[in-house]
Amino acid sequence: MYIRATGNISPQQSFGHGPLLETPVDHAGNRLNCIEPDYKEFIDVKLIRRMSRIIKMGVAAASECLREADLQNPDAIVTGTAYGCLEDTGIFLGRMVEQQETLLAPTAFIQSTHNTIGAQIALQLQCNNYNNAFVHRGFSFESALLDAMLLLKEGDAQNVLVGAIDEITNASHAILTRMGLYRRDNAPGLNLLTTPQKGTVAGEGAAFFVLANDPSATDYAKLDALHTFYKPAGKEAIEKEIGRFLSEAGVELNDIDLIIDGRNGDLRHDDVFTELQSSLFKNIPTAGFKQFCGEFPTASAFALWLASRILKDAKIPAALNVSGEPAALKKILIYNNHLNSHHSLLLVSAC
Amino acid sequence: MSAPVFIAGTGAISAIGYSTAACLAALKNEAAGIGEMHYLDSVHRNELPVAEVKLSNEELSALSGLAPHISRTAQLGTIAAKEALANAGIHDVAQWRTGFISANSVGGMDKSENFYKAFLPDPSKGRLRDVVNHECGTVTEIVADQLGIKDYITTISTACSSSANSIFFAARLIRNNILDVVVAGGADALTKFTLNGFNTLMILDSEYCKPFDENRKGLNLGEGAGYVVLVSEKVAATLQANPSVKLSGYCNANDAYHQTASSPDGTGSYLAMSGALKRAGLQPADINYINLHGTGTQNNDIAEGTAIKRLFEPHFPKMSSTKTFTGHTLGACGGIEAVFSILSIHNGIVYPNLRLETPMSALPFTPETKLVTGLDIKHVLSNSFGFGGNCSSLIFSKV
Repeated sequence: MYIRATGNISPQQSFGHGPLLETPVDHAGNRLNCIEPDYKEFIDVKLIRRMSRIIKMGVAAASECLREADLQNPDAIVTGTAYGCLEDTGIFLGRMVEQQETLLAPTAFIQSTHNTIGAQIALQLQCNNYNNAFVHRGFSFESALLDAMLLLKEGDAQNVLVGAIDEITNASHAILTRMGLYRRDNAPGLNLLTTPQKGTVAGEGAAFFVLANDPSATDYAKLDALHTFYKPAGKEAIEKEIGRFLSEAGVELNDIDLIIDGRNGDLRHDDVFTELQSSLFKNIPTAGFKQFCGEFPTASAFALWLASRILKDAKIPAALNVSGEPAALKKILIYNNHLNSHHSLLLVSAC
Repeated sequence: MSAPVFIAGTGAISAIGYSTAACLAALKNEAAGIGEMHYLDSVHRNELPVAEVKLSNEELSALSGLAPHISRTAQLGTIAAKEALANAGIHDVAQWRTGFISANSVGGMDKSENFYKAFLPDPSKGRLRDVVNHECGTVTEIVADQLGIKDYITTISTACSSSANSIFFAARLIRNNILDVVVAGGADALTKFTLNGFNTLMILDSEYCKPFDENRKGLNLGEGAGYVVLVSEKVAATLQANPSVKLSGYCNANDAYHQTASSPDGTGSYLAMSGALKRAGLQPADINYINLHGTGTQNNDIAEGTAIKRLFEPHFPKMSSTKTFTGHTLGACGGIEAVFSILSIHNGIVYPNLRLETPMSALPFTPETKLVTGLDIKHVLSNSFGFGGNCSSLIFSKV
């Protein structure tokens, strides 16, 4: 199946299909917020005022993607979000606690449900077709992607709008910092991956894709295969999963031109990637991506966008800092893991 | 792609019982579970009736094996999902490619509410253990880890249609030969967040709900969990008890009308029901019973009813809303009502739509008001419609 179009709002200048990471944004601090577009072009001004940031980001990224695909009404809309609409959830929860369950307004509650973004996209398009929302931590995007791929395979859809959205809020950032996820000082900016320490940096994003059964003139790449595995026992189990994934996809390690991996600069997290680079992935050019988008459960959607762009442009941006020189740019393997428990593999190839 | 997907087992916990058998007994006895609020600590305690599972977190903990401070949603989910696997006679999940597809609407919100009280005035305060399971997916994983399932785990959250979609997705994973066995459904505990949210929308009835009554005033919230074990033909053949029900149809559509309200003509509901019939290769007249979404709000019941009229007239199947027993369990209702739909086939019965006095004047049909027994129920349609226009219908059929 083909990746026909993308729309990506991220902490980088990714929106609007400009040059790929030509001048990467070097964020200060441990919180990489998205660079948001002017929403007026994508959303009714009256609605913009009512929508929270994550809804605006999701709807705009989806609109951009559909526009590129020249698609009015996708056969299905599938979203993934781990945290959901945190800002509205926090607003309603905060007021409920402060006002002791009295005099509450419904808007924040209405927009707090995890399916809000997919629903708002459907509403904007007047799209009555299949609509689903996956909310499973580091598998949220991968589950949405699997649903989309199956819909295409089953023939129930010829094209699917699929994407992932997650936002950072002040509350979530404070809580996850207290849980020890993020570096408290020495914010490394774009050097995140080369200065391993305890903790990573927070990220967020809204990345959408149109997947289609049939090729088109605008295709970025082919999405060949997807696999997730949960809480593997150790390095051997991980290698076994990767080996099985590649053999089921009919691909040898030698066929992989570039690996995009999910290291995040946290000493406690990156061991597995370092070990793989000296074993299974030895001699395969490898690069990380979380220095650009930060760590969040649906960061793999940013990686898929990055791989798609690299294959479409047939060029690797210098900022990616790849170890080694790819001989060709035909196949990219994305290997992400979130919190060491949620592992995912995506195989993407040039059209 | 059209390989049969069998139902090998069920598990349910709700305000009317803590197991499938207990729920069935209450359904037969017309014993509704709605009442005064005892376990949820809300200022609306005396104004809004709810359908609580009448067990404290400590008592639930004794049944689930989880620590009492773990989210009530995970407690309910664990109890029902364990029952479903035991009922299916599957004792070793490692024997098959086994998945757990769950659903909920607000994850561990029941604990996050407590956390926020201390956190809001001072972000360095609040016990992290109360917020660590906030995410919907975390609640699913607590249950999956209890079941020992790890081959495939995910969570769906499409408001009130969440667990219908999890059963739907599970069936497709089996049909696509990705999994052999899937425990699928959903769980939701009552929370102040949801209670107050629905209250701001002014769709909660201060009395016991009256779905499909001309004078209906709104819904009562409930809590619980419901799971079914779906298996492939290959697995079914190895089970001691031959499955007698299969999931024959399913469809998901979007109403695309309003974030919370249904379109007056029930476009999404119509598309979901007609799509499920098409998938199952059935005609409307083949359906013997519709387990209605039937929340009791003005809006849902007229939209759902109008869509049923359009699709089924003049041959209306028997119908009822079991939310008159369990309240509206949100992310769990598709799972719980799937269990009730399967029991309807097993037992040849249709449950009463309690408290129905004045049928809706706009509709040419009336749901059953008394328990009907001795029926040959071959096909049951189960509806789950939610916020965001998410509408899903499932069809369960006698094998």
